[in-house]
Amino acid sequence: MSHPHKAQEFIANENRVNWHDKSLWHVREKRDKAVNLFPEWEQLREKASQIKSHTLSRLDEYLEEFEKNAIANGVKVHWASDAIEHNDIVLSIFREHGVQRIVKSKSMLTEECHLNPFLEKHGIEVIDSDLGERIVQLAKEPPSHIVMPAIHKKRMEIDELFQKHLHTPPSHGDENILTAAAREHLRQKFMKADAALTGVNFGIAETGDFVVCTNEGNADMGVHLAPVQISSMGIEKLIPRYEDLGVFTRLLARSATGQHITTYTSQFRKPRAGTEMHLILVDNGRTVQLGREKYRRSLHCIRCGACMNTCPVYRRSGGHSYQSVIPGPIGSILSPGRDMKKYSSLPFASSLCGSCSDVCPVKINIHEQLYFWRQDITQATNEEPAKKISMKMTGWLFTKPKWFRKAGKFGRKALAKLPRWMVYNSMNVWGKHRELPEPPKESFQEWYQKNRKNNG
Amino acid sequence: MGKADIIKAVKANKPNELPLPSLDFPSSNGQSLPSLFEERLLAGGGEFFFAKSRVEAETYIQSRIKAGEYKYIAGALKSLNTFDLASIQDPHELELLNLSVFEGELGVAENGAIWLSEDRLIHRAAPFITQHLILLIREDQLVDKMHAAYAALRYHDYGHGVFIAGPSKTADIEQSLVVGAHGPKSLLVVMLPTEA
Repeated sequence: MSHPHKAQEFIANENRVNWHDKSLWHVREKRDKAVNLFPEWEQLREKASQIKSHTLSRLDEYLEEFEKNAIANGVKVHWASDAIEHNDIVLSIFREHGVQRIVKSKSMLTEECHLNPFLEKHGIEVIDSDLGERIVQLAKEPPSHIVMPAIHKKRMEIDELFQKHLHTPPSHGDENILTAAAREHLRQKFMKADAALTGVNFGIAETGDFVVCTNEGNADMGVHLAPVQISSMGIEKLIPRYEDLGVFTRLLARSATGQHITTYTSQFRKPRAGTEMHLILVDNGRTVQLGREKYRRSLHCIRCGACMNTCPVYRRSGGHSYQSVIPGPIGSILSPGRDMKKYSSLPFASSLCGSCSDVCPVKINIHEQLYFWRQDITQATNEEPAKKISMKMTGWLFTKPKWFRKAGKFGRKALAKLPRWMVYNSMNVWGKHRELPEPPKESFQEWYQKNRKNNG
Repeated sequence: MGKADIIKAVKANKPNELPLPSLDFPSSNGQSLPSLFEERLLAGGGEFFFAKSRVEAETYIQSRIKAGEYKYIAGALKSLNTFDLASIQDPHELELLNLSVFEGELGVAENGAIWLSEDRLIHRAAPFITQHLILLIREDQLVDKMHAAYAALRYHDYGHGVFIAGPSKTADIEQSLVVGAHGPKSLLVVMLPTEA
């Protein structure tokens, strides 16, 4: 189903749209407040972008260096070309240790690999421990935002979910009561987990460290208690030097939520005594994207979600309308690279206002890439023949001034006189939720000629 | 399969080498580091107290604990300790902890974060699983920005280390901030003067 069709479901409830829009704009405002506090923000973005570009240009060498250092630190490093290999590696580690119950912290990569259903199919209990992720897991939904997975859910809906699954008494959606209930529920899961899984925010080639950022502390609760830790890392998360962390930890939380840093910035180098630390390096389409010059910079992404919070289309259509693991503007340039046909409508779900590119902490030219995808998709597919034909006709009309003037004159008269049902028909997609502007009495050219005559 | 394929694909698809920038961010001037640290820590949901001496710090911390409130207290203040971290083998036993006190190794003024590594914590899980957390930091341990923090930590050998910038928190229910998501329900930072 295309983005406009799925968005239609979301916008059916206008109150919810307005609420969703405001919630995200609030986060955008918090970002602005944090960012405007110091003068070197633009310099930080520029350096971050250069570091990422450089890393991609020597990614093979940095991957080798990272692996060598991590192995020397006692970390077990694995490589996965795709989601299937990744999931098989995870399962084989679990099998080796007789793992039955795991806790996970947020990882968009494991969402991308559809790890949860895979593990559940093999009889392993998987508990998402980030509160937002736990909420959507109980609701059997995917996250609708990469930083705030349950941003689309109203408090009363969460209350009902908790009553049903965690047997809490009704609390009228009191966030303190609900969070306390989740805390108790998840503490039990942390205490019993046989293994803990995390994503990775940054991997450092020169030391073999990897960094996991959370506000809840759920990643740390999981891995420091369980005897087995697995962290899954997309190969583009690598940075060359330890000092580069200074740039990215300054950018990430401010861009994501307007905090100056995440509550926990946890840096892993060696396994805890008597336990195993596994790291899986995952490609899953990243090297293909690396080869696409126009879209290469999308691999800079540090998953802060700022482009979603600022996007007028995302805010009013909701994350689920994108039907891709990463929604919003960045998802709309990453997803067509995976499956152009399936995600063909996403690059069109944008006003091309450029706000996404303005807030991006690693300077991805998101709106330009959206425009490139539109061209590539229109060339490659025949998704919307009506749009194609009308564009061709309009193009022809623009080359014929005489016909253009005539058509304009006809249009102005017709719009004013035609009955409503003829103007607002199913062909007029633009008029579905909007009123057309009142047609002017004359064109500018007509007005100009009249006034030139009168005034010489 | 795996590594060979990925390295091969990267080699085939990567662009020509682009330069790695040098990082030369100016040090901050103006606002004093302790007051900036306090401001940013409070913004992250932490509490702050400036003690004039170690004795004052201990008295203040003791004054905040009601009699019998916390059964299991661990960490850096010997006068308070009822729980010996070093005697524990299995970190799951740390679930009993009501309060933990640790000495921070480095503080960052621009974001109110304090660095702690495994050596100080004894157990990696301790500052996360404890119900309340108190961190001590000396004024001279403050740096202005993350760049200075990483320059200081570059040759520090650790198995695990963490920047902590507040109590465990979440805003996953309608963006309403709740403190005490999984980890500590409160964080108090007690700052000490350089000579303490």
